[in-house]
Amino acid sequence: MSLNQANKFGFVINPSRLIDYDSSDRKVRDYVTLREPSFKLCFACGGCTAACTAGQHTSFNLRRMITYIRRGEIEPLRDEVTRCMLCGKCLLVCPRGVNTRNVVAVTAEAISKLDRNEL
Amino acid sequence: MNSEFFITPFNLGLYFILIYSVVRSTVWFRNLSRSDKLRLQRGFFGRPFMDSLREIFMESLLHRKIFRKNPVLGYMHMSLAFGWFLLIVFGTIEADFFGEKHLNPPSHAIFFRWFNPEHGAEGFARIYNVWMDLLLAFILSGLLLAVIKRFIPGMVGMKKRTRHTWTDRVALISLWLIFPSRLFAESFTCGAHGSGSFLTGNLGAALASFLPAAEIAPWFWWLYSLSLGIFFLLLPVSRYFHIPIELFLIFMRNSGINTGDRSSSYTEVQTHACSSCGVCISVCQMSYAAGINDIQSVYFIKGLRNDRDIAAITANCLMCGRCEEVCPVGIELGPMRLIERRQGEREDGTLRLAGKYSLMRKRSSIEKIPTQSYGYLVREEPQKADVLFFAGCMTHLTPSVIVAMKKIMESAGVKYRFMDEKGGVCCGRPLMLAGRDREARELINHNSDIIWKSGAQILVTSCPICYKVFRESYYLDATVMHHSEFINLLIEEGSLRLGYLHKKVVYHDPCELGRGSGIYDEPRAVISYVAELQQASQERNMSLCCGGSLGNLTLSSDKRALIAADAARTLTMSCPDELITACPLCKKTFVQSTKTKVSDIAELVAAALPRPAVKAVKKRATRAAVKATGNS
Repeated sequence: MSLNQANKFGFVINPSRLIDYDSSDRKVRDYVTLREPSFKLCFACGGCTAACTAGQHTSFNLRRMITYIRRGEIEPLRDEVTRCMLCGKCLLVCPRGVNTRNVVAVTAEAISKLDRNEL
Repeated sequence: MNSEFFITPFNLGLYFILIYSVVRSTVWFRNLSRSDKLRLQRGFFGRPFMDSLREIFMESLLHRKIFRKNPVLGYMHMSLAFGWFLLIVFGTIEADFFGEKHLNPPSHAIFFRWFNPEHGAEGFARIYNVWMDLLLAFILSGLLLAVIKRFIPGMVGMKKRTRHTWTDRVALISLWLIFPSRLFAESFTCGAHGSGSFLTGNLGAALASFLPAAEIAPWFWWLYSLSLGIFFLLLPVSRYFHIPIELFLIFMRNSGINTGDRSSSYTEVQTHACSSCGVCISVCQMSYAAGINDIQSVYFIKGLRNDRDIAAITANCLMCGRCEEVCPVGIELGPMRLIERRQGEREDGTLRLAGKYSLMRKRSSIEKIPTQSYGYLVREEPQKADVLFFAGCMTHLTPSVIVAMKKIMESAGVKYRFMDEKGGVCCGRPLMLAGRDREARELINHNSDIIWKSGAQILVTSCPICYKVFRESYYLDATVMHHSEFINLLIEEGSLRLGYLHKKVVYHDPCELGRGSGIYDEPRAVISYVAELQQASQERNMSLCCGGSLGNLTLSSDKRALIAADAARTLTMSCPDELITACPLCKKTFVQSTKTKVSDIAELVAAALPRPAVKAVKKRATRAAVKATGNS
């Protein structure tokens, strides 16, 4: 069964978890990795998300956001990135020393650049 | 050789710099905001003008501040500035008094010896000559120090020095040449005519004994005039522009103008008033602890001046404010960096020579595109309370501070409400530090709403970062207090009874609380009340940054660790029992880099609380029970 058919089959219960590598856009990932190399160190433990101030009010999830960046899924990222308050709590709990605050700032920058076709 | 053409370079340079300064300052004045213009006008006819004259004399001529910091450097600056000033003043008087006529052009005073080679043979003129020679010797002694400083900075107590642009270098060489060439020009002329005093006369006689003095003299007069002329011509594009601009800065500051939050003529005046002395490099922890040597304030200002792309430099700073404390010119470096952080992206417009002379800088303000929005925040209806406690995001990572604060407030019988018990909203300061003021405003509005609706009289916060923004950027009816202030208030009121802990502790001033908000004494009063407070080598306004600062968005964690380790080492030099701080972020950072126990001031006070009577009774009861079972 091809990927297309899998998406068109209308009787699934869970949202599709298939990653379509054809639609994956790595520009944001490359931009973030270049500007904040510590991004590569993340091993998705989720400490940042547990500590998150914004996460207590909304569905913001830094761990998920990083996954989106890595997968090159831009669309869900667009909304996610606007919710962070840059308070820096995640920075203190990160066991890998990822500069998480800057990851968010750089991602936001990348998205706005992408919208202006500068990336 | 009697031609007087040699005065041309000097005249060119002098009239150029005079006209340029007048035009440039007019442009600056015109670009000031209306209220700042009024301030300046009012200042001109009032006290600020007299204060400025005093300050200009003490700082721009005598260099009192540098003297206090480093006497050798102070002497160097004083001899060059004050000595040159006196030489000009007394030279003008000399030319006016002994010259052919009164009111001479400036060149007659500067090249007086050339026009009056026989002058000063006897009487009062002779004594006057000794004075003029003394002044020249005074300046030359300072120049000698300057040369030593350039090549062996360590000898005059300088740790670091700045890198210069080529215009700076040419200006420097011409500045260095001015006074030796004057010495030789005067000496040769004096030697040829048998005049002069102890310096020029003796040197002249010695040189004339084996050299054709009369032929050589004009060459040195040419050199003297040329070096003066080149120095004046390059003044606006070199770091020496700070000499005239500092006068403007002092006057503007005394008239009550401050940096504010957007770029203006005042920020531009400050940019040019920087003398690139490099004092900010020596105190920067990023430099001596983390080995990052290209982001210091002097390079930031230099980048602004030459319109470079300095986004990376601007972002990479802890915003601790140590450089601002030591800046001898008094430039508001912190606010200037924040203004620059608010700017959107711009192209690197490194200025060519002609561009540097331009009167109007094209450093326009481009607003950053907002990237965050907090529409998801739900406005809540708060309960009424007199005292509102806002722990802050960082304090939620150090729950022991919250527990301690709760204990203290309960013990003192304070009726309070815990504003962010279930996790609040960020205060907005981290966003502001990242140059996102517009987004921060959303959070500020959200929190302000809650605080206003609660009707609180006092807002207590445990985080200095929140404290600063509550005080400066919120419009609140409530008195904002840091918990160290609040505990101090409780102790002074007598509502908090505390024991004495037999501990030696050292206190670390958090940047945002100390330098940022000027709270130095209250935490010390609280600590001295419950324990023995030791002094740290770097404290109060020169206290160190812990390295965890949210002011820096880009600094990597390993560099942060280096800064933290260095700061912790300095603070625990006297082997205290505990390292006390008043900031949860500092606490978190220090814990990882020192073996000494690190506690918040609230934890220290909570430890000094008398043990609750109920528990003591319970303990006694259990002990009795154990005994009873043991006996049976």
